[in-house]
Amino acid sequence: MNRAFDAIVIGAGPAGAEAAVTAAAYGQNIALIDEQPAAGGQVWRTPTGGFPGKGDGAARAGDDLRRRVAASGVKVFFGHRVWSVLHQGGEAGRVFRTDALGPDGTVALTAPALVVATGAHERVTPFQGWTLPGVIGLAAATILLKSQGIAPGKRVVVAGCGPLLWAVAAGLAKTGVQVAAVADLSRRDAWLKRLSAILRRPSLALDGAAWMARTAFSGVPVYWGHGVRRAEGEGEVSRVTIGPVDTDGAPVAGREHSFDIDTLVVGHGLTTASEVTRLLRARHHFDRRRGGWIPEVDGSFEASVSLLYAIGDGAGVRGQRLATLAGRHVGLTLAGRPAEAAALNATIACEARFSDALADLLAQRPAQVAAIASDTIVCRCEDVTRREIDEAIDAGADEINQLKHFTRCGMGPCQSRYCADTVEELMARKLGKERGLIGQWTGRPPLRPVMLGELIGDFRYEDIPIPEPAPL
Amino acid sequence: MSRVFDLVVIGGGIHGCTAALFAARGGMSVALIERGALCREASGVNAGTLTMQMTRLALIPYALKAHTMWADAPRWLGHDVGVVVCDGLSLAFTEREEELLSVRARKRREAGAPIDLISGAAARRVEPGLGDNVRLAGHCKVDGYANAYLTGLAYRAALVSAGVTLLEHTEAMGIDQSGGYTIVTQGQPVRCKRLLIAGGVWIEPMLAWLGVHLPIKVLVNQLAVTERQSPVMRTVVGIASGLLSLKQYPHGTTVIGGGWQGVGDRENGGVALLPDRLIGNIRLACHAIPALKETRLARAWAGLEAETADALPAVGPIPGHPDAYVCGSVHSGYTSGIYIAKLLADRILGREPAMPLFPIDRLLPQPARAA
Repeated sequence: MNRAFDAIVIGAGPAGAEAAVTAAAYGQNIALIDEQPAAGGQVWRTPTGGFPGKGDGAARAGDDLRRRVAASGVKVFFGHRVWSVLHQGGEAGRVFRTDALGPDGTVALTAPALVVATGAHERVTPFQGWTLPGVIGLAAATILLKSQGIAPGKRVVVAGCGPLLWAVAAGLAKTGVQVAAVADLSRRDAWLKRLSAILRRPSLALDGAAWMARTAFSGVPVYWGHGVRRAEGEGEVSRVTIGPVDTDGAPVAGREHSFDIDTLVVGHGLTTASEVTRLLRARHHFDRRRGGWIPEVDGSFEASVSLLYAIGDGAGVRGQRLATLAGRHVGLTLAGRPAEAAALNATIACEARFSDALADLLAQRPAQVAAIASDTIVCRCEDVTRREIDEAIDAGADEINQLKHFTRCGMGPCQSRYCADTVEELMARKLGKERGLIGQWTGRPPLRPVMLGELIGDFRYEDIPIPEPAPL
Repeated sequence: MSRVFDLVVIGGGIHGCTAALFAARGGMSVALIERGALCREASGVNAGTLTMQMTRLALIPYALKAHTMWADAPRWLGHDVGVVVCDGLSLAFTEREEELLSVRARKRREAGAPIDLISGAAARRVEPGLGDNVRLAGHCKVDGYANAYLTGLAYRAALVSAGVTLLEHTEAMGIDQSGGYTIVTQGQPVRCKRLLIAGGVWIEPMLAWLGVHLPIKVLVNQLAVTERQSPVMRTVVGIASGLLSLKQYPHGTTVIGGGWQGVGDRENGGVALLPDRLIGNIRLACHAIPALKETRLARAWAGLEAETADALPAVGPIPGHPDAYVCGSVHSGYTSGIYIAKLLADRILGREPAMPLFPIDRLLPQPARAA
């Protein structure tokens, strides 16, 4: 199946769906692709499997967005996994082509403009035992809670940093899970310092206060300025030990606390999912406070590749409000209404101040990475330890793709989505280089692992377009 | 830098690295200039196949020697490149492919490759992972593969211990020929008595610095690798036309190649993969080894391969430029390249190579030949 559109939007979260709906309202022919069964992204994830949803603010906002998408003329491709993105054609008529694997095989779409709204990946800075079954991410726990109301375990420690920590702790406490402890890398004063910015946004301030209060009122012990030292267990996690950290996230001497648990939920902020813009060889720069590698965009969110737009957390982690505004901005641009788009700029600047206030809470803490023990696994797909990474650098690997070759680090199914942020930081620190000079992992398809059997579909051997034989 | 090296090599792929290594071991002071990191272009991103059944006829005697060298890498290189020696099969699924295979296997056999033609049933005994659709197969005991991505690691250690001055992340930008050769870089110029240009697809612009115009075609070969799965095959599998190469590594991933063309050029590298050709290549792979359908594609990439007008190597002295040499454009070069580069190192060291080189005079316009 081949279909041509005015624009293709990858990612149906607040940014992508808003862009699609806005442009479609002005008559643009828009394709909206997402691997999930409905719009909403991670923050407004849709309930599935008969679960009615939590009925909270996020659920209502998600339902509202899903209604707007349904009522728009946007052609949706939900349940479709984009595995290839190509910029093809001559200078006169270059188009973007996306190939997505859906229930009926692979679907190729083309359009002169492409909007990338692929969101963020969760960061888990490795510690001893982090790959044990029963250790899951904060975002993973959120998926279970939001989409099906499922708790990940019976007795849980929640650890890490950022607003998601408290949302998950509160969500778990509400479902009746025994939360043995909450460990926040940040100290309480790190939150208080940001209070004025948070208060400027009443709804979020209330949400945040409610999360913390709900956790506190459930009698859950809270350890400020604490991180996970190690997780232990035979075949699955059964015990976690936390200990104090300094303001940079590095472990410091002090009393450790151990808890017998069946699940550890842990996350250390978000990194940008910039695979599509890297694949298209757009220019990027490194911004630690915005989640890592960020495509360079102009005031219209257009990247260094013409008619390629990057919005939402994938273009710099800034949260849902800015994602929605950027989506509307790009939607208006696609519809040929630049003045109306520009009218949003003041609101965008105002919202940016709020996201700036929280950025450090979500950013990687270099001292925490530096403290990773040498026998700790860093690349979980290929079981590459910190020691092996250090040895490869000693053997002469001085940029990230050479390190990959020397160690297999990042060569597994996740293709470095999980480990890149940690490995680059380790390398930069050991070589005494700026993070931005370590290099980016070369972006390549598939953007997600895809089954060969599904990719090839049904075919006759005679129909394979085998090229002419090589010379003898 | 006032030092004058006996030899400077431009290009840190297997050709440049092998020649630098043997020249240094032969007593020369050697510097190697590489724009990026060692073996990160074709030498590190190719499919690692060490097969006779995709090798051009004229290169088979060299490929046989190189195969022995690869298998013996820990001894002379000092590092394992993940070489596995195993059986190789070239398959024919159609009548036309049977004819093609019969002719090609016979000619390669005459050139010295120990290839036998066997039935489909016999091929399945050699490779139980095959489907029941094979009509005829070329079977060669001298086959196998390396882990191409380990090439840089292996050569780097060897070159350092041989005393080669490694100038990685140093781009050669021109050559000054007043009194020996001086290679212009963005940093210090590098001076030498002898020069070897081994820059892969970039030997065309590099030779142009000397006023030599050797057209080099750039192939953009697409490759793909699966995630790990339990063993589904134990041989190197190709097809009669040469448009498939397939093998499963001991750690469980399967590399799918065959030279299907992607998008790229000399200036930008292997820029993009064409999904339809990727699917075509993977269909061919799954047609040969059906169990591959049950695994996932982890990554696809594209690397550049250099080809001369007659698709034979450019290896030998550079006409009109004493003590300057070129080494490259070896078809399926990863298989044969290390032996051919070692022959050239012998020549540079003043020894008679054990087999003929591939001088580029044949490829140059008439006036340059006269020089």
